[in-house]
Amino acid sequence: MDDLIKEFLVESNENLDRLDTELVKLEGTPDSRELLASIFRTIHSIKGACGFLGFQKLETLTHAGENLLSKLRDGKLVLTPEIGSALLSMVDAIREMLAAINVTEHDGEDARVGLIDQLKELLEQEPVSVATSRRAMARENCEESKPESKVATPAAAGRSKKTPHVGKLGGTLVEQRCVKPEDVARALEAQEGGDTRPIGAILVGLGLLKSDELAEALRLMEERRSKATSQDSTIRVQVTLLDRLMNLVGELVLARNQVLQYAAQQKDNAFLGTIQQLNLVTSELREGVMKTRMQPISRLFDKVPRVARDVSVGCGKQVHVDTEGKDTELDRTLLEAINDPLTHLVRNAIDHGIETPDSRVRAGKPPEGVVRLRASHEGGQVLIEISDDGAGIDVEKIKSKAVERGAIGADQAARMSSTEALNLIFLPGVSTAEKVTNVSGRGVGMDVVKTNIEHVGGSVEIQTKLGEGSTFKIKVPLTLAIVPVLVVRSVGRRFAIPQMNLVELVRLDAGQSGSGIELVHGAPVYRLRGRLLPLVYLDRELKLREEEPNGQNILVLQVDSRRFGLVVDEVHDTEEIVVKPLGKHLKGIRVYAGATIMGDGQLALILDVPGLAESAGIKTESPDGQTIKASALNTKDTVEKQKLVLFDGANGSRMAIPLNALARLEKLAGSDVERSGNEWVVQYRGQILPLIHLSRVLEVRRDGGLAPNDTTFPPPGSIDVLVIQENGRLFGLIVNTIIDIVEDTTEVRIPATRAGVLYSAVIGQRVTEMLDVSGILQAPEQGVVERSKAMAVVPV
Amino acid sequence: MTKQFSTFYLQHLMFGVESQNIQEVLRTVELTEVPLAPKAIAGLMNLRGQIVSALDLRQRLELNDRQKAHPPTGVVIRTVDGLMGLLVDGIGDVMDVDESTFEESPETLAPQMRSVIVGVHKLKGNLMHVLDTSSVCDLKGLQDAKA
Repeated sequence: MDDLIKEFLVESNENLDRLDTELVKLEGTPDSRELLASIFRTIHSIKGACGFLGFQKLETLTHAGENLLSKLRDGKLVLTPEIGSALLSMVDAIREMLAAINVTEHDGEDARVGLIDQLKELLEQEPVSVATSRRAMARENCEESKPESKVATPAAAGRSKKTPHVGKLGGTLVEQRCVKPEDVARALEAQEGGDTRPIGAILVGLGLLKSDELAEALRLMEERRSKATSQDSTIRVQVTLLDRLMNLVGELVLARNQVLQYAAQQKDNAFLGTIQQLNLVTSELREGVMKTRMQPISRLFDKVPRVARDVSVGCGKQVHVDTEGKDTELDRTLLEAINDPLTHLVRNAIDHGIETPDSRVRAGKPPEGVVRLRASHEGGQVLIEISDDGAGIDVEKIKSKAVERGAIGADQAARMSSTEALNLIFLPGVSTAEKVTNVSGRGVGMDVVKTNIEHVGGSVEIQTKLGEGSTFKIKVPLTLAIVPVLVVRSVGRRFAIPQMNLVELVRLDAGQSGSGIELVHGAPVYRLRGRLLPLVYLDRELKLREEEPNGQNILVLQVDSRRFGLVVDEVHDTEEIVVKPLGKHLKGIRVYAGATIMGDGQLALILDVPGLAESAGIKTESPDGQTIKASALNTKDTVEKQKLVLFDGANGSRMAIPLNALARLEKLAGSDVERSGNEWVVQYRGQILPLIHLSRVLEVRRDGGLAPNDTTFPPPGSIDVLVIQENGRLFGLIVNTIIDIVEDTTEVRIPATRAGVLYSAVIGQRVTEMLDVSGILQAPEQGVVERSKAMAVVPV
Repeated sequence: MTKQFSTFYLQHLMFGVESQNIQEVLRTVELTEVPLAPKAIAGLMNLRGQIVSALDLRQRLELNDRQKAHPPTGVVIRTVDGLMGLLVDGIGDVMDVDESTFEESPETLAPQMRSVIVGVHKLKGNLMHVLDTSSVCDLKGLQDAKA
């Protein structure tokens, strides 16, 4: 793409973001000439660039908007909500067109005639009183000159001296209405006539200007000048370049650590001095580079008023947005990661939290609700609070909803603490909304909010008080590039555990190792302040030791609200490390989050605490919601009947799958099966359908595609295939025979005994295994499905 | 048409990888084992700050295990998924071979090896096995150490 167009896009998009905020602000203060001028300028510059770059449709649209804005600015029109909405939709339209330009280098097919007509119509509205318009006219004179002020300082020097100009003192004085333009002209003439005094002094001398007014004008000019230079002192840098720099600095830090360790054994003072210097410079460099990636959270917060306006207008509520701590900085990747969750929480707060003006008044609250956003640093993390003064969340309602959805059982609900119950809203399908509205149906759900935040190592907490409002607390790390970890050792190997998950350390008495550990039917637990803490032995989890699991130290780790103890041999220091990703062969191992290079140049694996908990069988609400679904399924209270397809999965094992998980049942001829690389496929309704042989997946737990050299496949006759749609892709699951479709409960059940199965249940009076579709499709070795790994859902 | 191959040995067998796919050769390899990893993955190496997985070619090609007394040599290759270390017994010469000496693997070659060893170059008194670098790094379908 043309560099000019690229620059135009970047600049315009930035300006549009500002425009949103400004327009919403303008609705609150309709006669702010500064805002109007700034908005007008933005639209005007987009229009100008369009004409130049040949985007006609965009130009026509911005032209219409500009006309309307200029009337507003001149005071010939007053900003009505109608006009405000039209202008905002114009901003949206411009944004869409810019997006189109980004892709196609063309401003799209839609000329937005309707919107343009609307803008024109609004233009024809009756003018306001003459008095206001005159006042506005006066403003215009100042505004006209304002845009030039930025460039004026150096460039205007060569201009005709006769014109009073803002960049010069004369112009500033005129603008401040201290003197008339004619006076300035007189003073200039005097200067030309040989008066060597500065213009201000001449004016004062002529008695046209008071000296304190002069001082004020000079100060104002100085201010503007410094503003102009500060704009010049920033440059645009590619984000990829910053990322690379960050990586390189990470390397440098590691190298520095290694050199430092080596230096500790040296006695050469000159060398040690140099190393000291290297150490300091590296630290400073790291900080500096990290700062370049930091951005203030205002980038997110500034978008909120617009979102809030749209949502509140949409559901007839009055909402005021308050922000605090806008300058709080965090890494840009994190900023991006919390963008959607934040927006969603704000929408939620308005849609579900804030009541309608009537009911607010009835509850003794002001009709206008407040959504408060607050950001701050807290112990190496960034804390973001989104609170509203709305109705609060009804815990009982959530419980009953969750029971209704079958996510939890009734007796389980009764036992739940209110904090636990509140966390239910993060489950997919559990909503507190009475009805599905335009707003709550849109965007990401609460489960995705949580997933996104946890994905970057953050957490979400809810506090609520019925009738008084709710607060969502989001905690995210400052940066992802460098994390503090605790280094531990098990069977001679070092592992790094993110501090984020660490709650406390418990040391078992060395003399009587294992004494504090008790067994609950073989499962080790530790009594920690009177409560049983389930224990996981790292050596057992990683299969490091042949003999009995062992260890003297318990790390109390937390995932979500669950705690467990990880038993290791030794606990070393805490250290700041750079996380490096593992190669593709090791990515499938869930217990690792990555690897890092330690100070001595050796590698250490970083443990992924949620993954570890899951592999050890600690039930957590994992990011993909997989285990919670499994645990929800394990409760016996779901008596809902569902349609199930029964089939012979492999070697006579009776299996079932919910009917709604299936796209179709098919009988395919064996001769239609073709080979594509290492997969067997069939041509199916104009698509290529990859086939997975269920019996193979279940038996050998590997390679769901067939071994290409398998001579027993395809069989000469026909094959039964369950066609499953997962994430928009179709897969064929080959089964031996399809037995029946029944409607039954899966009430009586036991846990699964093999992978690929969710549980065994009595279906149609016989024990049947419930197939774990997404588990099978997601098996790490399952190449076919790897491409569509994200978010597989087992319909319950 | 000649192609340039870098050769190495495994159990007296000569293997060749096209030189353009080779990044470097490591005389000594320091490995950090990864518990639960597939058996063919011998561990991780620190390649000047970059973490690279090391594939034990003996394991991968279903040869006998290497004797402890003979530490392996590392060959770092470039693949579509980034760098990958191959552990071999020793390094041979860099050779220019003519395509006319190439022949596809015989049908009697074990089926799981057919995609890995695409063929041989018939050299004087020796056969150079031509490895396909992308299939050699593809561990799908191999027996997993986890089980």
